[in-house]
Parts: sequence; structure tokens; C-alpha cells
Amino acid sequence: MPRGIKDKVAILGMGCSKFGERWDKDADQLMVEAFDEAIADAGIETSQIDAAWLGVGFDAMNIGPSGIPLSMALRLPNIGVTKVENYCASGTESFRGAVYAVASGAADIALALGVEKLKDTGYGGLPVRSRGTTFDMIGVTGSAPGSFAQIASAYRAKHDVSREDLKRAIAHVSVKSHANGAKNPKAHLRKAVDMDTVLNAPMIADPLGLYDCCGVSDGAACAIVTTPEIARALGKQDLVAVKALQISASNGWEMQAGGGWDGSYFHTTRIAAAKAYEEAGITKPREQVSLMEVHDCFSITELVTMEDLFISKEGEGWKDVLDGFYDADGGIPCQIDGGLKCFGHPIGASGLRMIYENYLQLLGRAGDRQRQDNPVFALSHNLGGQPVQNVSAVAIVGLHGA
Amino acid sequence: MTETGILSFGAYIPKRRLQRSAIHAFNSWFAPGMRGLTKGEKANANWDEDAITMAVEAARDGLTGVDRARVAGLTLASTTLPFADRLNAGIVKEALALGDATAASDAAGALRAGASALLQALGGTETRLVLAADRRLAKPGTEAEMNYGDAAAAMLVGQGDVIARFIGGHSVTVDFVDHFRSTGADYDYAWESRWIRDEGYAAILGTALKDGLAKLGVDGGSVTHAIIAVPVKGVPEQLAKKAGLNPDACVDPMMAIVGDSGAAHPLLMLAATLETAKPGDTILLASFGQGADVLLFEVTEAITRLPARRGVAGHLAFRAEDSNYSRYLFHRGLHSLDKGMRAEMDQKQPGTTLFRQRKAVLGLIGGRCTKTGTVQFPKTEISVNPNDRAQGTQEDWPLAEKTATVIAFTADNLTYSPDPPSFYGTIDFEGGGRLVTEFADVSKEEVEVGVQMRMVFRIKAVDEMRGFTKYFWKAVPANKGDA
Repeated sequence: MPRGIKDKVAILGMGCSKFGERWDKDADQLMVEAFDEAIADAGIETSQIDAAWLGVGFDAMNIGPSGIPLSMALRLPNIGVTKVENYCASGTESFRGAVYAVASGAADIALALGVEKLKDTGYGGLPVRSRGTTFDMIGVTGSAPGSFAQIASAYRAKHDVSREDLKRAIAHVSVKSHANGAKNPKAHLRKAVDMDTVLNAPMIADPLGLYDCCGVSDGAACAIVTTPEIARALGKQDLVAVKALQISASNGWEMQAGGGWDGSYFHTTRIAAAKAYEEAGITKPREQVSLMEVHDCFSITELVTMEDLFISKEGEGWKDVLDGFYDADGGIPCQIDGGLKCFGHPIGASGLRMIYENYLQLLGRAGDRQRQDNPVFALSHNLGGQPVQNVSAVAIVGLHGA
Repeated sequence: MTETGILSFGAYIPKRRLQRSAIHAFNSWFAPGMRGLTKGEKANANWDEDAITMAVEAARDGLTGVDRARVAGLTLASTTLPFADRLNAGIVKEALALGDATAASDAAGALRAGASALLQALGGTETRLVLAADRRLAKPGTEAEMNYGDAAAAMLVGQGDVIARFIGGHSVTVDFVDHFRSTGADYDYAWESRWIRDEGYAAILGTALKDGLAKLGVDGGSVTHAIIAVPVKGVPEQLAKKAGLNPDACVDPMMAIVGDSGAAHPLLMLAATLETAKPGDTILLASFGQGADVLLFEVTEAITRLPARRGVAGHLAFRAEDSNYSRYLFHRGLHSLDKGMRAEMDQKQPGTTLFRQRKAVLGLIGGRCTKTGTVQFPKTEISVNPNDRAQGTQEDWPLAEKTATVIAFTADNLTYSPDPPSFYGTIDFEGGGRLVTEFADVSKEEVEVGVQMRMVFRIKAVDEMRGFTKYFWKAVPANKGDA
């Protein structure tokens, strides 16, 4: 394994727009909203930014191609701006670009910004789109909930969990995230719900009901990164540093190789998580990880991810969920900001939104949501694509030197 | 002397059977005259079935136990061919994974196109697969709507170990316009049934029957099974009687359980007859349409050795009673339900990519690594085997005839499907290979992880903007309709 990214890069400032149905703003205005907060937090001038990365998932349906939309929105000083797209990992991917640029020494200060305008499509849920000429001939153009719902059938079969038990467990995932989201002024959905509401909601894709699905939102989030040395020189006292950044992409094994993957977990998440823990020097994740923001696009995704991140034992994640281990006051809070479920899911912004919450929590700036046990390591996770073929990203940030 | 005749046969009847009473319940306020036709049910193709897909299924049934390398030619007969200028039989050839050196042609023009194609093939010496399929549209509130059913049949003809020896045939052609459908039109326009009965069936077909029997030197009374494919109650028996055939020899036209499947119907009745025929039986087949074709066969002892297949009986048993007239109309474009914005995705099919991937898309041919034995779909340059990235080692590996096991699945209510919810999932093929695909014709009770599936050729999507139909393979529960 290479030496890794641990403690080489610090977060200088972060910002996040309010997520939701932002009928009032275009993508460029959302970018400015997130950027204004980040640049103020960083305490630098825009002219000090050396390079920028823009993450967006559905560029063809909102901002259009290239890095130019970010350069224009922020009137960046003709620096290099690169747009990245990696399904729902696009936000974390933009962060990786900026972090790697600083770690390499090519840039002193770099910007990562993720944005998505999904509420200009005319309907709820993710836009239907082509996945390439070959896929369109032989693949299934299902909905996102349909793709992810398949995990539940295989998980139930493998671990002999009854339909009812699993339905209750995934319902708890959503009830918990709604309780958390209610405390977050920037969240898209801010209403608590009870178990019965979740269990009795209309079925979207069996076994996922309406409340098992996250909302799609408009929003933007932003990070400005630099070296720990420069951050200190700029007067920053408590530093949040990048501990690990790992991305794993499917190579077709899950989708094409019969008899291999059993359909009940996310192969790439396990790989990215193992590498990230090693990069961060974490040996006992269940004891060392203070809090998590994971890709809860659907409740079943979050549940299975608890196992794929090696926090819950395989086949027992559903019990930890029902025990409240991942509640805001549990052993390791998961989605303390409401998660994709309630904070919202503007694809390109989501990875950065997760890091934003982790950053606030580590610095004790999370307001009503603040975890009181002095968090040290905070993990964020994205999953893009579908269970059979996806991109998984794991980012760990923590107090510098920890 | 080498005998020419039928070597094998197959059939396909869609699973859903629309109750005629459900049609009448909806339309009786407007068309009370249909009350006499409300008995029984008719086979109705799902939204993703057409003459091509049904012909493929009948062909696969007919090729049970047959080495496909034997098939030298193929004819697809239909009055509802999806393409006016693209060889429909060519799509069938790809779906059946027949070699490129296959002579394929479409036959059309009249309801007797299936019987004419069969007669023509029997006049040759090569082994030819004759397919007939129809999925005819009928205007709501008509007799045609009550009568028409969807189905397909297959006859493999040639020389050798024939199950039914071809004795001979007789054809007449007369431009008798009992009904017509112009190119591009959706519906038939039919003349008065009494005129058709007298001048068409009795005069043209009746004479053809008599002349045919005389020409072949066969005594009508010796015919064991008389297939007179006329969808009017009592008419076959009357014609039989006049031609010196035993009226009791008339084969059930299956109007109460299938409906009139147009160009496919004579061959479908022939398939049904062959399923129960005994060595030595004589079968007469008569088909009507701007004239008539009469064919005569004698069943041989080889029929007792024909491997089991679904056939007509198997498909009739694999049945789902259907009273959803609204869905039936919607699937035929006769009921404009709002499909929603999710249905707006452009389905444009690049000709270049379809040609490059034609074996994978139309034939469900994957790859097998000759070095490691790893099977995958689709075939790629580098093997998917995580332990051996062998390059350029894959041979063609057909998957269409293999059974598969469900690994994961869902029933999706959100994605657009003309037949919601959309069932799909991940399946593993026996002997290797995996596919994520849609499940066709299934209900919630039929699918679970571990269930065995088999593959069927279906419409994947239709590019309505350019009028192009896209085909691919879907999975159905394997144990249903098996012989």
C-alpha cells in the first residue's frame, strides 16, 4: 500500500447551501451560496485558490459540460477547473481531486465544489437516462429504488431474515434519519415520522416504500483545502485533516461473473472501507470511528453498508439498527445531520455535504445536532450506480495528528 | 426413396387469456350485438410480444431435440410483421443463433401465408423452418376483436426421419376480397359474413378441397384429421361433408381457448393435431385467403420418438386468466393512458452498435474463456475472472437455452413499464454466466430468490419517434408450461 493521504491535507473551510426544492435558485446561485460560507470560513481571498474541481452527476440535465460553469459562477481567476462525474460519488470525487492536488504540492490551496439541480426535471426521483449504447441494449433501465431494492431480497435469503424483520429494520433507519433531519435547518425534510407511517407508506419498489427512499434535492456544498502548515500559517488552531480517501469501482465481477457475488452486499464498499481504514490507521472501526455519514439513498443501502464498513457483523446489521446503535445517541451515530434521506440528495453535492457535517462535528460547530463525546474520526461514504455495478467512495476526516 | 415431410413442430400461445365476457362487459352499451360471441377466452400477447417474438418461441419449441445446424432455411409468415423493410425472419435467425449461411425470408400477403409457406417449403429438398405468427389488431366493439387471438406455430420440414410424410398439395388463387388491410393501416375492413360464407368458404375453399382430394387420389373418408382453418362455427363441418370428408374428423379450431391467430392458425391447429396423432393417421390441412391451399400428410411411426415439448397443450396449460380489458387495449395502443415523463427517454438505437453486438443482443450469446472456462455475458476482450485476466480467449457461449437461478430481484413501481410493476433481477445461468434482466409475465407469487428461470425473446423497448422495435431476452419461471 502507498503511504497514503493521512494528515497531509487540512480542510481550511467548508460551506453548504440549504438543500431542498430550490425553486428560487439556479445551479450557479447554489454554488455561490455554498462558496460564500466556505470562503468566509477559510478566511482567504478567491484569488488565493490555485485549482478547482467541480462534481456533478447529471450535468447534461442541469449545468452542461466542462468545468466552466463553476469558473463562471464564482468568477474564478482563470485557474484550472476540472469537472468530475462518478455517479453519486461525484462530490467525494471532486474532493479527491482538490486534496490530491494539495498533497502533490501542485497547488497550495484547492477548491472542491459539488452541485446538482434535480428539481428542474418535472418529476420526482432521479432523471431517466442512457447508460451507454451497449447497456441500453442489454441492461435494465429500472428506477434507482428498484435497483437497490434487489439487495433486500438477496440479504433476506442469505441471512434468513424474515420479510417483516427486515422491513422493520429498514423502517427504523428512516425514522432515525427523520428525527435527525428535524434538527437541521439546512435539511430538505425536517419532519419526524413514526414507524407506522414508514411501514404503511405506498410501495415504490418491493420492499422499499416511500419512506425508504431519500428525496432528490437541489443543493451545493464546498470545501477549500490546503496543507496543515499553510492552514496554521493562516491562523487556524483546530485542524480537521484528511485521514483517508478511497474509491473503488466495479469491474464487472458482480454483474457478469456467475456464482461470485451473492447480491446481498456492496463489494466495492468493502474494498474501499478496508483500504480507507488502513490509510487512516484505524484497526478497530467499531471502536474508533466516532460518527458516520453514509450513502442512505435507500434504507436498505444504509443497513447493508453498516456491515460493509465492518461496523456491524455480517448478517447482524439489522439487529444493530433495531437496537438503536446508529441513532443520534447510539454507539456510532449514522446520518446525524439527516442523511441523504432528510438532508437531501443533490447528487454532485452529497459527498461534500457529508464531509461538511463531519467537519462541523469534529470542530464542535454542529449546533443542536452536536455529538457530545468529542468525535475524533468521522467517516463518509458514497455509493453510485447500482448494487451490481457501482462506485463506492469512503472518506475519513479527523482531528489533525489523531 | 427419401421421404419429404414434417420433421418436428412447435407452438407458442401467450400466457394471458382475455375473457371475452370482460370485453363485452365494457362495450355492450355500444355493441350489444356481440353478446353471442362472449363465450370463452382469447390468447393475448403481452406488450412486449409481436409476430417476431412469438415466432421465436414457437421455433425454439419446435427445435426441441434438433441440432440447429440442420436448419438450412427459415420462413416467417405473418400478416402483422413488425418491419415492412427489414427482414423479420432475419431477426428470428439471430435469436435462434442459426448460422449466417441460413436462407431466410418473410412471407405475407394473406391469412394463408403460413400454409402457403409450408407448402412451398415441402416442395424443396432442404431442411426449412416454417414459422407462422400473428398479432392482429381489431377495433374495439367488433366481431374481429372477439375472435382474434395471438399465437405462433413452427414446422420443421425436410427429408429424412419425417413424423408426417407429405402426400401432396393443391393451391388455388382468386382475388376474393372478404377483408383487406392496406399497407400501413391498423385494422381489417371486412365484407358481409354471409357472402363470405357462400362465395368464399363454400365456393372457393369447398371446391379446392374436392379438387385437392381428387388430384391426390385420396378418398375423403380416409382422412383422420381435417384441419379446415375457418373461424366460423359449423362451417368446417359443412365443407367437410360436401368434400366427402367425415365431419367428425374436423379438428377443433380452438376458438374458445385461443381465438383466430390469423396466418398462424392453420399451423397451430396442425401442431395440436400432431400432438395426439398416431402413426398411419392422415391429416388434411386447408387454409383460406384469396384462394386456398390444401395439404395432405400421413403420420409415420417416427412421431412416437419425437422428444416431449411444450407444444399447444403445454402452452394452453400455462395460462393466466385475464379480465383486464383496459390493459389489453393499452398494450395495443387503443387506450391512451398517460405514460408519464419517465417514458420519455429516447430509445434511439444506433445501427452500428446493434450490428456489432447482434449476437449478444438478439442471440443472448455470451463468452466462455477457453483457458479458464469462465462464462460471462456479454463477451469482452478481457475475461471477468478476477483470478485470470485472460485476453482474447473467449468463444461464443449461447445462454438462451440454459436455465438460470434468481439471485436478487424486485418489483419496481416507479420505473415506466407498460405492464407494472416492472419485475427484474439478477440471474445465474446453469454452467456459468450472469445477467441482470427483466422478468416477463410474472406475478409476485412466482418470484423469489432461488427460483429457476428460463429465457424468452421479447421486445425490450420501442423507439416511437422513429418506429424501431428493440428486442432482448427476458426471464420467466422455468417450471411453467414444461412438457
